[in-house]
Amino acid sequence: MAELKRIVVPRLIAWFEERIDLAGFRALIGHKVVPIHRHTIWYYFGGMTLFLFSIQVATGILLVLYYRPSAEEAFESVQFIMSEVQFGWLIRSIHSWSANLMIATLMIHLFSIYFTQAYRKPREITWLTGMALFGIALFFGFSGYLLPWNTLAYFATKVGTDVAGQVPVVGHLILRILRAGDDVTGATLSRFYAIHVAILPLAITMTLSLHLFLVQQQGMSIPPEIERDPKSVPSMPFFPNFFLRDLVGWLSALAVLAALAAYFPWELGVKADPFAPAPAGIRPEWYFMYMFQTLKYLPARIGPLEGEVVGVLAFTMGGLFLALVPFLDRRSARGERSPLFFWIGIGILAYMVVLSMLGYLAPGGK
Amino acid sequence: MAAARWLLVAALLLAGGALCGQLEAAQGPAPENSCITCHRSIGDPRVTPPAEKFAGDIHLAQGIFCQDCHGGDPTSLDPERAMSRAKGFIGKPTHQAIPPLCGKCHSNAEYMKRFNPTLRVDQVQEYYTSVHGKLLRKGDQKVATCISCHDVHKIRAIKDQQAWTYPLKIVDTCGRCHGSAEYMATYKIPTDVVAKYKASVHFQTLTKGDLSAPTCNICHGNHGATPPGINSVANVCGNCHSVPAELFAKSPHRTAFASMNLPACVSCHSDHDIHKTSDTMVGTTEPAVCANCHQENSDDGRKVKSIRTSLDGLRTGIDRAEEILTRAERAGMEISQAKFDLHGASDILLKMRASVHLADPATVDAFAVEGEKIADKQYEKGVQALKELAFRHQGLWVAVGIILVTIVGLILKMREVDRRQSPPPSQHA
Repeated sequence: MAELKRIVVPRLIAWFEERIDLAGFRALIGHKVVPIHRHTIWYYFGGMTLFLFSIQVATGILLVLYYRPSAEEAFESVQFIMSEVQFGWLIRSIHSWSANLMIATLMIHLFSIYFTQAYRKPREITWLTGMALFGIALFFGFSGYLLPWNTLAYFATKVGTDVAGQVPVVGHLILRILRAGDDVTGATLSRFYAIHVAILPLAITMTLSLHLFLVQQQGMSIPPEIERDPKSVPSMPFFPNFFLRDLVGWLSALAVLAALAAYFPWELGVKADPFAPAPAGIRPEWYFMYMFQTLKYLPARIGPLEGEVVGVLAFTMGGLFLALVPFLDRRSARGERSPLFFWIGIGILAYMVVLSMLGYLAPGGK
Repeated sequence: MAAARWLLVAALLLAGGALCGQLEAAQGPAPENSCITCHRSIGDPRVTPPAEKFAGDIHLAQGIFCQDCHGGDPTSLDPERAMSRAKGFIGKPTHQAIPPLCGKCHSNAEYMKRFNPTLRVDQVQEYYTSVHGKLLRKGDQKVATCISCHDVHKIRAIKDQQAWTYPLKIVDTCGRCHGSAEYMATYKIPTDVVAKYKASVHFQTLTKGDLSAPTCNICHGNHGATPPGINSVANVCGNCHSVPAELFAKSPHRTAFASMNLPACVSCHSDHDIHKTSDTMVGTTEPAVCANCHQENSDDGRKVKSIRTSLDGLRTGIDRAEEILTRAERAGMEISQAKFDLHGASDILLKMRASVHLADPATVDAFAVEGEKIADKQYEKGVQALKELAFRHQGLWVAVGIILVTIVGLILKMREVDRRQSPPPSQHA
């Protein structure tokens, strides 16, 4: 072992350095530092999301080897993966669980950035790419939910695409593009599959590359109240100090994923039957629940508009507002505290939590 | 009494005539159908309701009016002319005259083709072969005729859910007479049949929405309604339950029942209160029906026991497989294929239960062997699924152990790196 460390590794590095100039990369790694303060914990969630995303890529590639994207075969192929393919159950369960954990860590990452005002100048573009990544991740979840072609997913997709169809002016076009027709059919499944394994991966690769490049370029943001402190902020090298800590978090996440997959394998449900009546208890994935529940509470008409249209408009405006926060919050840009945006953030978070809980707990919500 | 009735009719006709005369004077030309106009306007509970009810009658919808059955001239508001014998007016037909009156059209194939070429035209002929028809010919004034079952003046198509002859309503239609002890007193036949039928599996199936489930007319016939005789019971039940009927015909019970003058099927299954069958019907002790004839220690008793053992064996095998598969499924294992395959054993159990009618232990046992093979295979899949589950849990703990050891190693490495970099981490500008 010592031999390997003393002789083989340096020789291997030397062999590479003779052929590729790694000096720039070494310098980049060597110079990257992570500030140490009372909010350092939040820095880990970006890396954690990235780790879960790589799990998604790895397990997704393995699933693609057996998955067949047609209304006739999709359900059976997932059934085959779950029961016949060696460790297929593990791969599929980890893919499903990891997707959910990834959205959760992504949300934590997003709100931690929001509350620590890390979106402020000069990181507006990083925030915008982050918001885009959040949107892509949600779309990944929405498109992936249909792929097993089970009853719940089928009807939830019907409801979800109906909601998308409510967007003023372009709603019907969006609905037809998503469904590849007027109704959710086998063509929708093929389309969602193409979106899930080709279009979204391309979009996320480009956006994520830009996001990571900007993070690397601009370094870690320090919250304004800490930055304003006359004492200088201590830091640790990203490599190996922070990276080792990251690894501990990633391995813990892996253990949690394994436990979830072993004790709560992701259910397959019953094959979708487009001619059957919609079953009771149709609901979207948890991260769409607050929107779903809001639309349920809205009256049929609000003024001259349909209730659902108003709901969809409100969520679109809400998303737009969040994306534009770096440009709206002038105080943060000056490095000052921004109580208005802080309380708006608390309000958004509370709304999402309360409505999601109502979605699961309110009568008829289960 | 009869004279008083005729006086009343004459008075009504006069009153109606006066009223219609006034109407004719007031309205000028006669309306399209004076029968309905007058009978509605008289407002007498004895003659007005038929005109009012007629609005919902299928005949009216097909353009058949009062005069097509009752005769008369519907173009005149003058009652003398409208209800003149010269115009063919027959008034209210007698009880005995009803079947021929309906048969005037319904037995005329040429005429009925206009409305529906597939309609039968032998109903009246068939009716006279029924107990009802035979009694009517003998002059019975209470026995059912066409209108007793199809209603009068508000006759609906049999597919109409409000029709008295709609499958869900037939038991009450027949029950109006056959469920009334008072009405049926003179015929001396049981009137508990309606209540018994309503407790049967047939009625339960029917009311659950399966309109093909038998109701009165399916076993007794429609227009030719008659109780099936001892020799025809197996044929009647066999119309639906063809496999058991076929097997029963090959069994030793057929001749045995015939020699004892016992009806097939109903001797074991009862007639109107037929309940869902169960394996407990087979056996040599109560509540098994075999015990009615077979002694426990006789040769036949032993055969009965053997059949029951085979039935119990397969059912237990299926239950056992189902239980373990459900357990594995609840634990999150994917066993849908095994559950599907287990249906094969359930199908065999179904065939096996039908084969009981052959009363041959060897045949029943052959089914049991075949079914148990499938059930055992699925049980084994359940066992494997639970073993796989245990393996997954063990595997998880091994993986978690490895991860924990790695985490500990990483933490030690972190400390070592931190120590190496002391004095404490650099200051961020």
